[in-house]
Amino acid sequence: MIPAPAPAACDARTVPAPLQDSPIRDLLEKTAASERLTFDDGVRLFETDDLPALGWAANLARERRHGEVAYYLLNRHVNYTNVCKYDCMFCSFYRKEGQEGAWTWTVDQVLEHVAAYKGAGLAEFHIVGGVHPTLPFSYYTDMLRALRREHPTVALKAFTAIEISYLAEISGLSIRDTLVELKAAGLDMIPGGGAEVFADRVRYKVCREKADADRWFEVHETAHALGIPSNATLLYGHIETIEERVDHLLRLRALQDRTGGLLSYIPLAYHPDNNRLEKLGAPSGIDALKNVAVGRLLLDTVPHVKAYWIMLGLKPAQLALSFGADDLDGTVTWERIYHMAGATTPEGLSEERLREVIREAGRVPVRRDAFYNRIAAEAA
Amino acid sequence: MPSVTSPLLDRAYEKAAAHVRLSPEEGVALLEAGDLNLIGALAHRRRMHLHPRNEVTYIVERNINYTNVCVTYCRFCAFYRRPGHKEGYVLSHDEIGRKIEEILPHGGVQILLQGGHHPDLPVAWYEDLLRFLRRRFPRIHVHGFSAPEIEHIARVSELPVEETIRRLREAGLGTIPGAGAEMLVDRVRDEIAPLKTTTAAWLDVHRTAHRLGMRSTATMMFGHVETPAERIEHLDRVRALQDEHGGFTAFILWTFQPDNTAMWRVPRLESHQYLKTAAGSRLYLENVRNLQPSWVTQGPRVAEVSLRFGVNDMGSTMFEENVVSAAGTTFAMNASEIERSIRAAGFLPRRRNVYYDEVAA
Repeated sequence: MIPAPAPAACDARTVPAPLQDSPIRDLLEKTAASERLTFDDGVRLFETDDLPALGWAANLARERRHGEVAYYLLNRHVNYTNVCKYDCMFCSFYRKEGQEGAWTWTVDQVLEHVAAYKGAGLAEFHIVGGVHPTLPFSYYTDMLRALRREHPTVALKAFTAIEISYLAEISGLSIRDTLVELKAAGLDMIPGGGAEVFADRVRYKVCREKADADRWFEVHETAHALGIPSNATLLYGHIETIEERVDHLLRLRALQDRTGGLLSYIPLAYHPDNNRLEKLGAPSGIDALKNVAVGRLLLDTVPHVKAYWIMLGLKPAQLALSFGADDLDGTVTWERIYHMAGATTPEGLSEERLREVIREAGRVPVRRDAFYNRIAAEAA
Repeated sequence: MPSVTSPLLDRAYEKAAAHVRLSPEEGVALLEAGDLNLIGALAHRRRMHLHPRNEVTYIVERNINYTNVCVTYCRFCAFYRRPGHKEGYVLSHDEIGRKIEEILPHGGVQILLQGGHHPDLPVAWYEDLLRFLRRRFPRIHVHGFSAPEIEHIARVSELPVEETIRRLREAGLGTIPGAGAEMLVDRVRDEIAPLKTTTAAWLDVHRTAHRLGMRSTATMMFGHVETPAERIEHLDRVRALQDEHGGFTAFILWTFQPDNTAMWRVPRLESHQYLKTAAGSRLYLENVRNLQPSWVTQGPRVAEVSLRFGVNDMGSTMFEENVVSAAGTTFAMNASEIERSIRAAGFLPRRRNVYYDEVAA
């Protein structure tokens, strides 16, 4: 039963011999032919048990875009407050004002927290926080101006669509004018958070107070029109169905078809500790890799897929580099949102360690800036 | 930039798909140039060929390390203490008995009994312990004393290896764990464990045990100073010995954990090489039926993935782990977590004994 003389096993245009019997062979062929996948295809990809076949297809799509390269950056998180008006069921990070463990930094405290990074070559501050009930709009623009003044070479990736939607409420400005003000203050890019799962059914159950999907898209689409790129996320592994995941991805694909403003897609695994959905447990390693791979395959016009190691764990994130991801995110150095939800990863990694992890996966590590421009590459 | 292909690699894929034995050159090609997902796809297909039922097994077993006193000073080890060290210990029969009593309510069926190479314990000490265990816990299977320990006991007691194994078996030893194999390549052993059992001696202990009708497991600890070709050399020796008597029940592999060891400078392997080498082992060791992941070093998330990359068994509940965990971050799983992982990977969990017979949960 030796198969007929096989075509070269990894020829990008054909399905290799070891996968000829795969139950998703037709989808592997579509990938090999660079055909766009449908809603039903996406559902089948999530449902398949043939994990290596899914990985092969996603890796092919990744390889066509990025060759052997895997990106990382030097970055620092700034979680300026954990005080939040909302009570999302999946969140372990938020506190109410005055509650034990609540913090809100003044602009000076924000600067103090990142002062040590002056001249360290950081590419990006990732700035996200709770939806604070009393901080004025000027706090946010002052923070951006101060950071730009003190760290002129560091890109400011700040405020999820949820925060921005709220800033529009408190400033009395339109989304567009809010973004114009933030951009004038230094905003370079918008992180992908707050997307959670777009389906109303899910949002109603786990985060009903939060801005809805339309509002999330309005913020991102407006940002793109203003020349502000953004990322997109999906929070998976709680109560959402596979159809709701695929719907989420296809809505993102439609946005990208309209604007081209998404730089990267980041599937986020729900973390079960210290929140009201605890009993669900953590999503499996298989689910983690499927989310990376299906994201890569469905979002055929989004350039990058990020395996956010601090949330996935370093080991699954490294495997994700063979399942469609081309980016491990960064050195981070201080992270609260996932660690308060039970993440056991270190809160930061050295650049050399990130490079080793990428090399072990057979990829060439390339340091990038916030916009995926290469800063330093090296031969394998 | 398509992945590397070569006629050698293509032949390796074809032979693996057809369940034909791979040559060492083909094995090296798979590990060096093979695509992780294609190797994984083939490994899973091999696994389903050998184990067509949609099940993954595990065993309720406790690790017991009877002593940490050791005179072998391996550079990769953070567990041992030199004789006379204030942290050195030898467990009493009572202490070991208490540890076993703790697992009985959890359905424990077996202990993995291993320890350092204590310079002063003669074979009679081990025989006494085994007889005590058989008397107190007649239903608990003792999977114990790796090849280096048996060689050490033989040396301390001035007995031949075969006589040592016979006496231990007589006293109640059931099966022999595969630990201490590390890499069965003398160049590598000279570098990382110069005082430990040689390759030939490790193989001889297992060969002798198999000849006497005992079963054992085989292991590999990699990710330190070895090359991919040396990994295949290791697998090749395991496969050749398996051809002789078929005595290995399973193959288990884990990556070297460098923290707190004399080799702390070695970069830690994460999971890419682990998964690829595990899947490659499934293909290369076509005469060994069972493959276990090391969730203690790789974690439950990677162990779940490995179940789709050729692995068919989740190993043991351990209850305690002292050796690898002395050398860095490790993970813990109890029976319900193991079952949850197995289900998350799409399989039904089944409890087993050391011979891979199903036991009631």
